[in-house]
Amino acid sequence: MLFGGLFSAYILLRVGAAEGSWPVGAEETHLSVNIGMLNTIVLIISSVTMVMAWAALKMKNIGQARGWLAATLALAVFFLVVKIVWEYAPKFQHDLVPATSTFYAIYFTLTGLHGLHIVGGIVVIAYFMLPGSAMWKSDPERFTNRIECTGLYWHFVDLVWFFLFPTLYLL
Amino acid sequence: MASDAHDLKKHVRIYWMVFGALAVLTVVTVSAASLQVSVGVAVFIAMAIAVTKGSLVASFFMHLMFDKNRGIGALLLLCLIFFVFLMAIPSLVTFEAINTVNVP
Repeated sequence: MLFGGLFSAYILLRVGAAEGSWPVGAEETHLSVNIGMLNTIVLIISSVTMVMAWAALKMKNIGQARGWLAATLALAVFFLVVKIVWEYAPKFQHDLVPATSTFYAIYFTLTGLHGLHIVGGIVVIAYFMLPGSAMWKSDPERFTNRIECTGLYWHFVDLVWFFLFPTLYLL
Repeated sequence: MASDAHDLKKHVRIYWMVFGALAVLTVVTVSAASLQVSVGVAVFIAMAIAVTKGSLVASFFMHLMFDKNRGIGALLLLCLIFFVFLMAIPSLVTFEAINTVNVP
């Protein structure tokens, strides 16, 4: 609902903008399609590693599951590093901030909120990798279900990016 | 238990196939952006590919395809239809009417 509302806002702002006032293309938006595509592939791989962690637990292999969760965590951190270092930082250095234009306001809102969801996922995955994994010894089925629920959240975050990437970078 | 392990191994193969499909669709999305088409067609193509990718993630990674309760899938489809309609509303509204100001 949250992202749906923001996507609606983006569409209304885009359609209502005066002709020529909305930046189109990499030269005007200063958004790199290659970096966006890299981050898309990173998130897709992280979704695979997340579901593989669940599958490993279903096969009663906690060691393998921890490995897949670590891979998911590493990919999530990589996504954030790319976003902050190669996308946000250069924009801030060139005084491209949310207040610069309507496009940048909605761009930073959408991607910033998505980034916060990534941070939330990192916290949860790290918890279940380390202290939370104690539940595996006492109630393995319940722990597996918790990893499945974490996976559902993570796949949703990936799904949102599937719509964010073409909307902001390509259209 | 043997059949569970066998089923899971089959699922793991499916997960990697879905990953391949998602990677290909990502490349297709970027390639499609370079097509010389109208804005409406470009939006339709981009969103169609995004919906396809989202459906693959929801069906296989989120296990909706293997869910016995088909009602959830039907509900999601209904949400998708309303979402598409919501996104299409701005193109159906005349902005001239919104921006009209009556000056006495």
